[in-house]
Amino acid sequence: MPLLEVKNVSFSYVKNKQTLKDVSFSVEKGEFLAIIGHNGSGKSTLAKLLNGLLKPNSGEIIVDGYSSSDKNAVFEIRKRVGMVFQNPDNQLIASIVEDDIAFGPENLGLPREEIGKRIDFALKAVGMQDFRKATPERLSGGQKQRIAIAGVLALMPQVLVLDESTAMLDPEGRKEIAEVVDNLREKGVAVIAITHYMEEAVKADKILVLDRGEIALSGTPKEVFAKKSELDALNLELPLAGIIADKLRARGLNIADDVVSDAELAGALWKLL
Amino acid sequence: MRDVSFGSYFPAKSFVHSMDARAKILIAIAYMVAVFLVSAFHFLGFAACLLFVIISTITAKVPFGLVLKSVKTIIFFVVFSAVLQLFFNRKGTVLFWIITDVGLLNAGFIIARIVLIVLGASLLTLTTSPVELADGIEGLLLPLKWIKFPVHEFALIMSIALRFIPTLIGETDRIIKAQKARGADFESGNIFKRAKALIPVLIPLLISSFRRADELADAMDSRCYAGSKNRTKYKKMRLTYRDLLGVLFVAGLIVGIVFLNKFYLLSGLSVIAGAL
Repeated sequence: MPLLEVKNVSFSYVKNKQTLKDVSFSVEKGEFLAIIGHNGSGKSTLAKLLNGLLKPNSGEIIVDGYSSSDKNAVFEIRKRVGMVFQNPDNQLIASIVEDDIAFGPENLGLPREEIGKRIDFALKAVGMQDFRKATPERLSGGQKQRIAIAGVLALMPQVLVLDESTAMLDPEGRKEIAEVVDNLREKGVAVIAITHYMEEAVKADKILVLDRGEIALSGTPKEVFAKKSELDALNLELPLAGIIADKLRARGLNIADDVVSDAELAGALWKLL
Repeated sequence: MRDVSFGSYFPAKSFVHSMDARAKILIAIAYMVAVFLVSAFHFLGFAACLLFVIISTITAKVPFGLVLKSVKTIIFFVVFSAVLQLFFNRKGTVLFWIITDVGLLNAGFIIARIVLIVLGASLLTLTTSPVELADGIEGLLLPLKWIKFPVHEFALIMSIALRFIPTLIGETDRIIKAQKARGADFESGNIFKRAKALIPVLIPLLISSFRRADELADAMDSRCYAGSKNRTKYKKMRLTYRDLLGVLFVAGLIVGIVFLNKFYLLSGLSVIAGAL
């Protein structure tokens, strides 16, 4: 049984205008799923459905055996599915880092010692141990977002949903978050990243492309980015390495068709030397 | 806009800093009561209060300049109150022009009172972080749960407000700059014109605050927030010997002032009566 299963989910905010139409997919333990698509494709709505902030109009979302449509299960789901949003400023509740991270475990009613341990764990997972007593106000965007992630990790989720969590960060901040994601996957936490950046999506195990509330494409990064004409039609670009490989190919260089990531491009170029 | 007094916390490791916020708030209130207990023209009582502040400041390892800075912000208020006393007090004998001796004494009395109270309050905020202060108020309000007062919610609102003050100040600055870049004029014209010029700042600020509140609510929900039910607290406040000493200290001050009021004043009067 997959850890998180989305079964034929449809959702609409207003009548007669469906934001999501019959979306189905599943995420296994430790898997990295990237969801890409344009503004208004329903990405963020999908994110909010995953931890029960919104309830599907039809279909079902099942996390570790709990259905998000079940009113009594919503806290069980939120314990398992952590959610990090775009703007770190609007997610931090307390004026001191450790107090903010304690917020989730406090809500669970955990004993003090356990909360302390969880703060240690979460800060270590995002590499911010030295900032325990710091004020978020004085941190950089990337650091603030890492604290926001730590606040969610303190709940020990099995799935981490990043809803465009790197959109407001500079390249340095995006790199920091990417490192945190790698670290979490090693720990077996599944990651669902909703993103605009193809460079982030290319690292995923699986990519979903949403278009006007429907899954337009899905598969491994190689499979998805091989469908260039479909992506073109959806106005989505290849990752930078894919674009460069394409252009080099057009110039007559012998580069394999399935080159999409930086490492693959480097390997292909190396072979040509 | 920048120098909001909430940033007045002076971090240090001291006896006073490590006291329980609840005790500190109560002591500060008791101190203010003591200042008000000092009876008319009895400046020795004020001296006792001043001594209390000086000793507290030394034990708190806070520079005196910082404590005094708080008086600067209310200097207008102090001068205004004193001037009112000077010019409108008709009691006593006229010293010169319309100023009477009682008026002069009253003015001094009021200055001493306000300054001493502000010194005490600023010492509290200098040695207690806003978060501790909010926790302390929550702790003190806890008995109100009996009358169904939402203590936890109240405390959460306070701490979120504290958390967002710097964020919203930054946002205000950005909006002002953005409007200036679009030709808005905040500097010229009379007070009404300038107040009106602020509308294009306040409306975006209000709208973005609502957006922030919405996102914050989602983030809190996502972190399993369900009100105060079954909630634990990571930070436990503990009363220590320090708090007991502090309470004894302020109690000593109050007793001293009451004593001074009763006996010293009587003996002082009798001395004057004897001399007459």
